[in-house]
Amino acid sequence: MKQSDAYISIRNVNKLFGSFQAISDVSIDIRQGEFFSLLGSSGCGKTTLLRMLAGFEMPTSGEIFIDGQPMSEVPPHRRPVNMVFQSYAIFPHLNVRDNIAYGLRKRKLSRAKRDTMVDEMLELIKLPEYGDRKANQLSGGQRQRIALARALILRPKVLLLDEPLGALDKQLREQMQLELRALQKTVGITFVFVTHDQEEALTLSDRIAVMANGRELQVDTPTRLYERPVNRDVASFIGNMNFFEGKITGISDHRASVDVKGLGHVTTTNFDAKLKPGVDICIAIRPEKLILTENEPRNTGNKARGQMDKAAYLGERSHYYVRLDGISQPVAISAQNRQRAEGAPEEKRPIWISWEDDAFVVLEDG
Amino acid sequence: MSGESATSANSGSPKPPGTGRLGRLLQRSEAARGLSLLSPTLLIMFIGVAVPFGILIVMSFWTQIGFGFDTSPTVANYENFGERPIYGALLKRSLWMSSAATAATVLLCYPMAYFVAFHIHRNKMIWIVLITLPFWTSYLLRVFAWKVVLGYEGVINSALMTLGLIKAPLEFLLYSQSAVVITLAHAWAAFAILPMYVSLEKIDKSLLEAATDLGDGPVRRFLRITLPLSMPGVISASLLIFIPTTGDYITPALLGGPDGAMIGNLIQKQFGAINNWPMGATLSIILMLSIAAIALVFMFVTNFVRKRIS
Repeated sequence: MKQSDAYISIRNVNKLFGSFQAISDVSIDIRQGEFFSLLGSSGCGKTTLLRMLAGFEMPTSGEIFIDGQPMSEVPPHRRPVNMVFQSYAIFPHLNVRDNIAYGLRKRKLSRAKRDTMVDEMLELIKLPEYGDRKANQLSGGQRQRIALARALILRPKVLLLDEPLGALDKQLREQMQLELRALQKTVGITFVFVTHDQEEALTLSDRIAVMANGRELQVDTPTRLYERPVNRDVASFIGNMNFFEGKITGISDHRASVDVKGLGHVTTTNFDAKLKPGVDICIAIRPEKLILTENEPRNTGNKARGQMDKAAYLGERSHYYVRLDGISQPVAISAQNRQRAEGAPEEKRPIWISWEDDAFVVLEDG
Repeated sequence: MSGESATSANSGSPKPPGTGRLGRLLQRSEAARGLSLLSPTLLIMFIGVAVPFGILIVMSFWTQIGFGFDTSPTVANYENFGERPIYGALLKRSLWMSSAATAATVLLCYPMAYFVAFHIHRNKMIWIVLITLPFWTSYLLRVFAWKVVLGYEGVINSALMTLGLIKAPLEFLLYSQSAVVITLAHAWAAFAILPMYVSLEKIDKSLLEAATDLGDGPVRRFLRITLPLSMPGVISASLLIFIPTTGDYITPALLGGPDGAMIGNLIQKQFGAINNWPMGATLSIILMLSIAAIALVFMFVTNFVRKRIS
């Protein structure tokens, strides 16, 4: 992405808590109007990064720009951002209307104008009858919406969301995901969304930054993160992945030939152009991209012989584990149960696995 | 399950819970169970509070005759209170001094409670213990300590004179209303800090961050979030100090001088030197009613203000 596209620009930011490095040299650019997610397991620094955008934490070094303005001298209450807290932080001594109108007090609006804006917001979050309720009379989902309305009414340039759906049950969470996505499209505000739930991040986001140990591992669209992860960490954090050792034997016409241990010869266009022939690499394939057959598949060279190890029936799909010669780790295969499954396949039964061209992806680290 | 099981319980076998007549009664009624748990306290409250209070009320309608009482009921004592301005004046002064002491205590202790609640992250318990440390000494000792501090040749006067800031000792320091207010404010500080600390400590820190995030600077945030949410602590601290200090008689007796005397001193004298117990009882009851009325008005006003702020 070009620097000029960046609406939020995080430049070489470090954050130390005592001797603990929470964020190390993170640089991320976020575009205007984008639904951007920070994804990682707990302790990866995603919340710290979000709090630095809000101004509750200051970077130890580096700079954050929002709309071209450096933020280091701007206190949190003057930043053009608003936040939806993980705990929602609904003011318990105020009713719903006053919670939503909280930030408007500074704007010196007429009472009528303020009431109209609050009514519009209550309409938007589909709680028009709830204005006079107190926080303790609301369910988790309702609190979440009010926290959202309270931030959105101020029309911030950026809305920060700290795992806002984490406390909701599965069904409500899925519903809120759809609503959140639709809302973001309606209001057109840049959303920065923190989550540890990869599925949630994939569903909602335009782009995702995968984080681990205070670093950004990859910043990309959901499709590219899933299809072209840059390294093992990203590949194993998002979805499941089979990893193999290999060596590049030749590159021609944007296609790499790889000698893969246990599989033989594999070609793929999914590789980094910097890699040269003769390099040891790691090569990977998603379980659902492997095809399981009893007989040797014809018309393809992309195949290998193996032995059935285990099978697990999950209803809509089944997981199989297949042993290949020369590698200790069984290969995982996921297949949809298009036909009625006829019990589990016998162990040790010889079977074939095959794959389409370009199903494999070469990862950076060998 | 009747008397038999109770007797068999006596013969060594363990008695299952809830057997016997009393046990069954307890099991049936939640209220009975609650009352039985409360009963020791209730008994003490009855003997120690309700009975003397009843005696006080009855006695306030009696008349003192020499060393005995005329027990025919009369409201003469209450009329007497209305007719002689000294009583009303003393009551007014007591309420005023105690209000001043309460306001001073709450205002001075709030920052301390705030500091411990928000700026101490480790060993909070030690800070709380340190704050209450002066209160491990006797009340009387603390009052005497202030006598030493405020006295004619006390710490403050001699320090100021040594520095050459004053030529003669400041006389208003001791034996005055201000001496009583200062001492009361100090003596009751722990009762103000603890409830206020508890209510400040309870405030979810993310609420403060949310207020900041929504555009409030530190002052506005304090007024709109911290203060309203800590009001329960402020109110209970105020009542905890106002109620006992109004009737206090030790501090005004030792530090008040003639100007600083409070109604408590007069009540004490009625039961002592003046030897008019019925009048003392009447004054006690009037004092109690005044405090109750003020406390009610105070609670009503704060409730009203709280609703208006939000």
